[in-house]
Amino acid sequence: MPSLLEVRDLEVKFALRSGNIKAIDGVSFQLDPGERMGLVGESGAGKSVTGFAIINLISKPGFISRGSIHFEGKEISAYSFEKMRKIRGNRISMIFQDPMMTLNPVYTIGFQMIETLRAHRDMSKSEARAIALEKLKLVQMPSPEKRLDQYPHELSGGMRQRIIIAISLLADPAIIIADEPTTALDVTIQAEIMDLLQELCEKQKMGLILITHDLGVVSQVTEKIAVMYAGKIIEYGPTETVVHHPVHPYTIGLIGSIPGSIEPGRDLKQIPGMMPTLTNIPPGCAFNPRCELAADICTRQTPVLEEKQNGIMAACHMK
Amino acid sequence: MTTNHTPLLRVQDVVKHFDISGGFLDQLRFKGGIHLEKTTVKAVNNVSLFVNKGETLSVVGESGCGKSTLARVILGLYRPNAGRIFYEDQRIDTLTHEQWLPYRRKMQMIFQDPYASLNPRKTVRQTLEEPLRFHNPKMTPQEAMDKVAYVMEQVGVDPAWIGRHPHEFSGGQRQRISIARGLILDPEFIVADEPVSALDVSIQAQILNLLMDLRETHDLTYLFITHDLSVVHHISSRVAVLYLGTLCELASAGDLFNEPRHPYTRALLSAIPKVGEKKAKHIKLKGEVPTPVNLPSGCVFHNRCVFARDRCKKEFPRLNELSNGSFVSCHGVEEGWEMA
Repeated sequence: MPSLLEVRDLEVKFALRSGNIKAIDGVSFQLDPGERMGLVGESGAGKSVTGFAIINLISKPGFISRGSIHFEGKEISAYSFEKMRKIRGNRISMIFQDPMMTLNPVYTIGFQMIETLRAHRDMSKSEARAIALEKLKLVQMPSPEKRLDQYPHELSGGMRQRIIIAISLLADPAIIIADEPTTALDVTIQAEIMDLLQELCEKQKMGLILITHDLGVVSQVTEKIAVMYAGKIIEYGPTETVVHHPVHPYTIGLIGSIPGSIEPGRDLKQIPGMMPTLTNIPPGCAFNPRCELAADICTRQTPVLEEKQNGIMAACHMK
Repeated sequence: MTTNHTPLLRVQDVVKHFDISGGFLDQLRFKGGIHLEKTTVKAVNNVSLFVNKGETLSVVGESGCGKSTLARVILGLYRPNAGRIFYEDQRIDTLTHEQWLPYRRKMQMIFQDPYASLNPRKTVRQTLEEPLRFHNPKMTPQEAMDKVAYVMEQVGVDPAWIGRHPHEFSGGQRQRISIARGLILDPEFIVADEPVSALDVSIQAQILNLLMDLRETHDLTYLFITHDLSVVHHISSRVAVLYLGTLCELASAGDLFNEPRHPYTRALLSAIPKVGEKKAKHIKLKGEVPTPVNLPSGCVFHNRCVFARDRCKKEFPRLNELSNGSFVSCHGVEEGWEMA
């Protein structure tokens, strides 16, 4: 079976006055129908850019400089703006971090939902309203009829995020890309939203790409995981294996530095230093200055992502 | 952890309400005749707690539960509407500005966002020297310089960078500088308001380790405000859980995480996503968090609590001490209801 989405060797560059910098460099992964994948990394690792690149939302001075994105059997990376619009919000939807920023404060929820739907489907307002209502019920919105005539400011953060999810579901997409969907929310709300997303993916056979820095969330919701560092995927494999038996020293460090992974009161494992800025990525393996295993080869040769153990792919010379 | 049981700080029945009703015209209401109506945010309601010397007390809760307000009331940045605050048996909430000064040296604060809390136009040296010179007017420039360099070294920032401005540092380094600013007066008590929530995990670990080391070397006592429960579990001696400005539970970190008693604490703990744990069934709460403007009657948690009974709607539960030394404010726990 061909994958639903196949990203191969994707590279995104930003043209700056000082020259082009690579925001992501040779990223490849695939997603099957109904599969849930986590894209993890620290700020600046390139996870959001990867998400944006899939639906070509990279704005100037950024551009896709290499690679291919196959979606439902078609190459979409070079689609025109008009053609891409038919995919965005229709076949692939995106959910963003801050639900207050994504909703338009001057229109009612109903207006925004109906408008979105009518942009993609030829239907009357009342038909669209019925579908909007159905989706609000699907995301377990309390008193959905009332919500259609309310404005975003009348709702709490958790309810707004439910609305966003309902909007992203309007056209029954094949994939949802969720960029830090719960970072702005409290833990109890986060748990509810994550449950909801997982349930919807299972019920509707939707693919999910979950972009987050929170390994805890990823390990509960996703089936596979891609860890990014300085614009590259450095570890890729089934979530369960990666979380319990990580291969790459960065992933090991990242998991070790989460409080809760060791006995309270003890020193947390820490990764020395910080992620390099994209303008001066060290030669060889980008992680080598922070890596305790680093040897001579790591400063000279860039490791490639290859199969290591238990079906995990990792980019590391030393493993 | 070295904890002896003399409370360094005691907070008794502190209340802090904010009037948000605006001016005269905003308050006018015409329903049933003309009258004025005041709107108040009830941020902190009758909170009592104490912090022992040498321990780390964490205050946790979701956004809007009043944890930052409580921290600011303790440091005298807001005056409480009612209640008393004692620091080493001296009442501090009624002090005048001049009387506060000696306590400002002893009690310092570290803020959440190192991008916002450091003055972008000041060099590290200026930022760190200012409190030092203010509180020690007789200090010579050389002494001040030495002290600044010493503290910078302690927090892991190279003293050679003393002339740099905040924008030249990364987030983690900035947070180290704001910790240095908190330490420069050799305080005894530090209030840290979400000191690591703006940082990435790997940097967060570095800062948490630094804070724990400093507690040992400088004999510090922390009041740690955070919403991140895994951080809390890692660093605290005791934990206070706030919900809508009310203290639900106060217990040692071990007791709280092993055997949470209050239904809200249980729901909160069950919602933490843990790495590598297949999804545990988290406890679902009913409804939404009410606003602190219209507090529910009785127990503030009753309309979301699955175990709530009649008494919860009518009567505010008192904070009761349990046999293991924890404090819980819940009718159910007090009367031993079946809550599973």
